[in-house]
Amino acid sequence: MASLRDIKSKITSTKKTSQITKAMEMVSAAKWNRGVMNAKAFVPYMEKIQEVVGSIAMGSSDASHPMLVSRPVKKTGYLVITSDRGLAGAYNSNVLRQVYQTIQSRHKSNDEFSIIAIGRVGRDFFANRGMNVVLEIAGIADQPAFAEIQDIASSAVGMYSDGTFDELYVYYSHYISAISQEVTEKKLLPLTDIDVPTKLTSYEFEPNAEEILDVLLPQYAESLVYGALLDSKASEHAARMTAMRNATDNAKELINSYSLKYNRARQAAITQEITEIVGGAAALE
Amino acid sequence: MKTIKVSVVTPDGPVYESDVEMVSTKAQTGELGILPGHIPMVAPLQIGAVRMKIANKTEIVAVSGGFLEVRPDQVTILAQAAETSDEINLERALRAKERAEQRLRERQQEHVDFRRAELALQRAINRISVAQGK
Repeated sequence: MASLRDIKSKITSTKKTSQITKAMEMVSAAKWNRGVMNAKAFVPYMEKIQEVVGSIAMGSSDASHPMLVSRPVKKTGYLVITSDRGLAGAYNSNVLRQVYQTIQSRHKSNDEFSIIAIGRVGRDFFANRGMNVVLEIAGIADQPAFAEIQDIASSAVGMYSDGTFDELYVYYSHYISAISQEVTEKKLLPLTDIDVPTKLTSYEFEPNAEEILDVLLPQYAESLVYGALLDSKASEHAARMTAMRNATDNAKELINSYSLKYNRARQAAITQEITEIVGGAAALE
Repeated sequence: MKTIKVSVVTPDGPVYESDVEMVSTKAQTGELGILPGHIPMVAPLQIGAVRMKIANKTEIVAVSGGFLEVRPDQVTILAQAAETSDEINLERALRAKERAEQRLRERQQEHVDFRRAELALQRAINRISVAQGK
């Protein structure tokens, strides 16, 4: 049986851990709030750009742009969004497991795909397995501004245009609610599954449809990447918050069971002492 | 007087929303003025200022690229970055201008960097002039 002092020190260390996890939970809660707000602020932009892209791409079928047309796939790109830090429960491993399984089932050799990793955890995962990571970005702020993402997004779009890969999928954790997130796969490029808006508007183009698509489509693709990133940031903080709350709860439970053990051990020690004294007194008589 | 609804939207959220009498801006093909009842149109924008006229007053928003969508009752500007004149951090814009100018002076063979510096300079100059209300 563990000594009194051992149990005591276990209780103290568990208490300290629970203080840390509690603090981390509150930090994540604040970040999660901001993250959800950012994701909401982005919605009007996304809706509008989707509407315009849909109207133009569907309205003028003769306007064919390289980004709209599927070409034979020699190489597939995967854009994987993970976090920089761990301690977020199954947040990262869920995304990585799905990407890994998909790649294993779709491709036979390492030359058939390349990976763009956002986030340190994902980068390390793929680097350790010797997979082809063409672009890696770590250290993205918790509340990313569009300007920070633009470089990443435009280089991802650029790699599609210059033929580094012929299609691009994005994998991220879609935010549903504080306790539920879902790994999502989205085909980013070519832009084949554009939602056709319900109210089609026929536009005048100034100067012409092709030139507008040249400006519009990269901007659209970039904003899809940004949207996925905001979504996954909200999920990350929600996942971390839940994980930390569970950790705090578990610590409380542990402390309770240790306290019980401690009290029992204390009681046992007292009983033993009394027995010894009584025994000693009896021996003297 | 008839008005038209204008909204300037960026990925970081809506920047400006109001009913105005006229919108004038710089598209890639040249200056563009839009009055209520304009036919539906889409045009890419240059880095520049968007001027909104309401009852003899003019409000200015600095826009960095993006494009303009016009409907008879609504104008939407989708830009990657936009600020109203009182939102602009003038000091930061001045610093950005200096940085860009310096980069242009010591320009090397790298074509991409040169282009980026040029765009950065345009954005900085645009912000400065909007902030100073010209």
